[in-house]
Amino acid sequence: MTAYLVKRLIAGLATLVAASIVVFGVLEVVPGDPARLMLGMNASAETVQVLRDQMGLDQPLAVRYLDWASGMLALDFGKSYTYSVPVLELVSERLVVSLPLALIALALSTLIAIPVGIFSAARRGQTADTISMGAAQIGVAVPNFWFALLLIYVFAVWLRLVPAGGFPGWESGFWPALKSLLLPAIALALPQAAILARVTRSAMLDVMSEDYIRTARAKGMPRRHVLWRHALRNAMIPVVTIMGLQFTFLLAGTIIIENVFYLPGLGRLIFQAITQRDLIVVESVVMLLVAAVVLVNFLVDLSYAAIDPRLRARQ
Amino acid sequence: MMMPVAAPPQETWRTFASRALRNRSFVVGLLITLLVAAMAALSFVWTPYDVTRLVVGDRMLPPSASHLFGTDHFGRDVLSMIMVGSRNSIAVAFVAVGIGMGIGVPLGCWAAARGGIVDEVLMRFNDLVFAFPALLSAIMITAIFGPGAVNAIIAIGIFNIPVFARVARAGALAIWPREFILAARAAGKGKARITTEHILPNIANLLLVQGTIQFALGILAEAGLSYLGLGVQPPMPSWGRMLFDAQTRMMVAPYLALFPGFAIVFTVLGLNLLGDGISDIIDPKLRRRQ
Amino acid sequence: MSLLEIENLSLNIGSTPILKDIDLTLAQGEVMGLVGESGSGKSMTALTVMQLLPDAAKASGKVRFDGTDILRASEDQMCRLRGDDIGMVFQEPMTALNPVKTIGEQVSEGIRWHTRVSRAEAEERTRRILGRVGLPAAKFPLSRYPHELSGGQRQRVVIAIACALNPKLLIADEPTTALDVVLQAQILDLLRDLVAENRMALLLISHDLAVVTEMADRITILRHGEVMEAGETAPILSAQSHPYTRQLARASMHVPARHPLPSPLWGGSARSAGVGVSSVSVPPPRPTLSTDPPHKGEGNAVPLLCVENLTRDYPGRRLSLFRRAAPTRAVDDVSFSMRPGQSVALVGRSGCGKSTLARMILALDRPTSGAIHLLGKELTGKPEAELKPARRNMQVVFQDPYGSFDPRHSVERLVAEPLHVLEKQPSGAERRELVARALHEVGLQPSDMGKYPHEFSGGQRQRLSIARAIITRPRLVVADEPVSALDVSIRAQILDLFADLNQRLGIAYLFITHDLTVARAITDDVMVMHEGRIVERGRTGEVLDNPQSEAAKALVSATPDLRRAIARRLQEQG
Repeated sequence: MTAYLVKRLIAGLATLVAASIVVFGVLEVVPGDPARLMLGMNASAETVQVLRDQMGLDQPLAVRYLDWASGMLALDFGKSYTYSVPVLELVSERLVVSLPLALIALALSTLIAIPVGIFSAARRGQTADTISMGAAQIGVAVPNFWFALLLIYVFAVWLRLVPAGGFPGWESGFWPALKSLLLPAIALALPQAAILARVTRSAMLDVMSEDYIRTARAKGMPRRHVLWRHALRNAMIPVVTIMGLQFTFLLAGTIIIENVFYLPGLGRLIFQAITQRDLIVVESVVMLLVAAVVLVNFLVDLSYAAIDPRLRARQ
Repeated sequence: MMMPVAAPPQETWRTFASRALRNRSFVVGLLITLLVAAMAALSFVWTPYDVTRLVVGDRMLPPSASHLFGTDHFGRDVLSMIMVGSRNSIAVAFVAVGIGMGIGVPLGCWAAARGGIVDEVLMRFNDLVFAFPALLSAIMITAIFGPGAVNAIIAIGIFNIPVFARVARAGALAIWPREFILAARAAGKGKARITTEHILPNIANLLLVQGTIQFALGILAEAGLSYLGLGVQPPMPSWGRMLFDAQTRMMVAPYLALFPGFAIVFTVLGLNLLGDGISDIIDPKLRRRQ
Repeated sequence: MSLLEIENLSLNIGSTPILKDIDLTLAQGEVMGLVGESGSGKSMTALTVMQLLPDAAKASGKVRFDGTDILRASEDQMCRLRGDDIGMVFQEPMTALNPVKTIGEQVSEGIRWHTRVSRAEAEERTRRILGRVGLPAAKFPLSRYPHELSGGQRQRVVIAIACALNPKLLIADEPTTALDVVLQAQILDLLRDLVAENRMALLLISHDLAVVTEMADRITILRHGEVMEAGETAPILSAQSHPYTRQLARASMHVPARHPLPSPLWGGSARSAGVGVSSVSVPPPRPTLSTDPPHKGEGNAVPLLCVENLTRDYPGRRLSLFRRAAPTRAVDDVSFSMRPGQSVALVGRSGCGKSTLARMILALDRPTSGAIHLLGKELTGKPEAELKPARRNMQVVFQDPYGSFDPRHSVERLVAEPLHVLEKQPSGAERRELVARALHEVGLQPSDMGKYPHEFSGGQRQRLSIARAIITRPRLVVADEPVSALDVSIRAQILDLFADLNQRLGIAYLFITHDLTVARAITDDVMVMHEGRIVERGRTGEVLDNPQSEAAKALVSATPDLRRAIARRLQEQG
């Protein structure tokens, strides 16, 4: 088991290092001088040069990469070009919006999708299955930002139950803050839930046609018992894989959804940073998101090992 | 050592076609897809109104006989814009699938044929690309080159590469140990030749299904990017951009947000149904389950 | 009073009739053999008794088990019967157990469900039954997972599950078909003992007439969903009055007519390798001057195939990042040689290394050390391009008639595939002519050329496979279990074809098989392989009649023999 996990861990770290090189390299070729950007067009060439020296911009590429990468390991992401505050500060005040949003969406999607998928598989071909899978088929086709617009129209504009956008901040109290994350989370979660429900159903059906299900039934176990005790755990392997992939989509989704709802999260931050050409912020947020993806993939590998004894085989 | 087994269900081209036509998902999906494609093709020669002409007097007209889907804040006909927009969506998604297949499939086949270190390196490369959601790479590419349809294509295309590489590799790995491959090797055929003669034709089904899925995802991604202003640039109409413009006017003209959204859902639904239908028809394991 | 009574049972799946008016009775303590070729409906009969049929199946008629009307029983009633009064063992032990649950959980689950005893009590009973089926708790704790057990051990677990509550009826559906002969004999012994101990009735389903004859008091012969003949085993099989019974029995014992090569191969004496003597000590096989050179113009001084000290290691499992287990030696220092036109069997248990050896001879796998010469030319270590002339002279026939053809290619393209090795590529017309000739030689029509493999039956596909193997006029064909996936009657025909081609074209065969009946029927000489080594070799008849090595003895004694089995039955049943 340890060999398997160590191997996966090393693969994850390698991905992270490679990703950092890619991100650094890509943003390196971007035209424009950060020092000039920070000081504005009116600054003299000398002052720009002084700042360039301060920022170490004239050092060799490898040195700057190592500086940047080791800085990140120490949680020192540098200073924003436009806001002139440490990136870490910017990121952490946005993270308290984005992270809860992504987690609520993930929880919501999982809690809806897995029961629906199991239920549908158990009633394969019946009306309940047809209806829920029809709904899932449509759900998969709905773009989350359009769904968000519909939600805003119905719940904010029409029913006036929740605010149409914006975020009051956690300091204004738990409920108001949570309330303003509710619609965005639903908008993010439902299309993902549709995918996950379909995957769960088909994984369950795949497993239900396995020989060992017949063995269990030949033991006299009732269908329901076989479904929960034998099929579910085996079906979780593909389901967990998709959940891992979905987290990536959720992260990407937050970028759009935060823009729809005017939420001050990481997605808005990176978006603003691009328009302002605040590359150091772009770099840092991208790396943060990539690190989150790598971490989630590792968690997925961990859960494989928990589900499947063949992976944690005694050596 | 093996029990005599019954022949796996096999059939001629004609029974295959007739079963395809009896598959509801396939037929409905195909019809929707053809309809959208026809609409896009038609927009090259005819649209109800010229989408580049701004008519100030016709601003924000609700749906009516003369403007089926109403007009937007510049007085442009929404139906015409949706028709022209479909062109962009389809073009972006199609080329992105082409990039993904064109690069991903050879890589996946190569990894499966060579195994060992080549396979390991390619799979790590896959992980790397997978770590960047399409939107993230689109944002990075836009940060460098500025927004535009081409950048959207590249971003979505790059994300498609590892998807197709994985599908091709998994499909090829399932074919390689089969006895007919050993027979081909015993006939002195090399790996490249076996891949083109035996592996590719046998994974074409899988690739086709994945192609429709990625096509649908591409349309969704393009809509998302143009909603953020990272895709097709105005004045060229695009579905995502139309939704962005509609958002601020939702109080007065909710229909502006409705029709482009329906267009996206309709198209994506059609492609997904088509993909489901194809995999139902060709996968005997699924077929048994129906 | 019978335990199980089946009357006029008919079964349709959708609109396809599967069973027609089946009658079958089984009394307590009785063993009934249900025999038939593929598609005869024997498994469906068993699944009907268990009510585990696919959803689309509709059964009519009467099935009574111990007072219960099975076809009208509710699902709850069936759940009470299954696993308690009726146990079932399946064919495929590798997939019959849930991979994520321990064997202890899987056995005790049924015990707890039916008897409601405490967990501790159920575990105690689980330990007892696992011990009884040959998996003592000291060596096989309940915490083992299925993947930690071999195929034979897994089948013992499945038997433990089926027999945990001493059912009145045990149904075994091809319980040994996926196992090699030695394991088969062990599992059959176990089943026989369990049935006798607990006075269970056993419904044994098999395609193998010899196995059923050894086990069953009475047999029922099915064909296309109908009962052909039923009754006491001994009279039915000794009289063979029903034409289908006779056909089955004859096909099971079929020996093709062929003239064996006259002179022995292994030096002067018939036997050179005795018990435990490794092949190293065997003197290099002396090429003998055969009286009947099959190919003119070539001296026989050079053996067709010469294998010297061949070894193949597979790297061990990775223990950690830096450590690997010791490599496993699949083939261990094997040497032998073959003459043109000779038919040699390579027999052994599954996993003994015979298929690895075959692949190395075909240059599909690289040996770790040693050398292979075909017609005096070295094959080992050559790049693919230089192997082409050799490939022309050696071709292969595989086991699975379904897996050995690319479903997307036409017969013409498939059969012509080996022509790739010819130096000068034939023209389209020449190619079609060669394919037509090959098809004709295996008894198919040249007009079959435009068809696709799925349009052929299993036996016809094996003919196609042979056509593909002989199209380049090879001197050697390696056949890896070429008939073991076929029904007995088809098997007999294919063996005839092999014999005929050997006589007519002088092709030498290396037959890889676990089935001694096949080896006896078609080969001149035999090599017995065990744990990567060749432990015994000689004339086929002599070795199989009088085996010397432990491995050969085990194989011979485990192989069911229809003739002997009938004789024994006749004595018992008078």
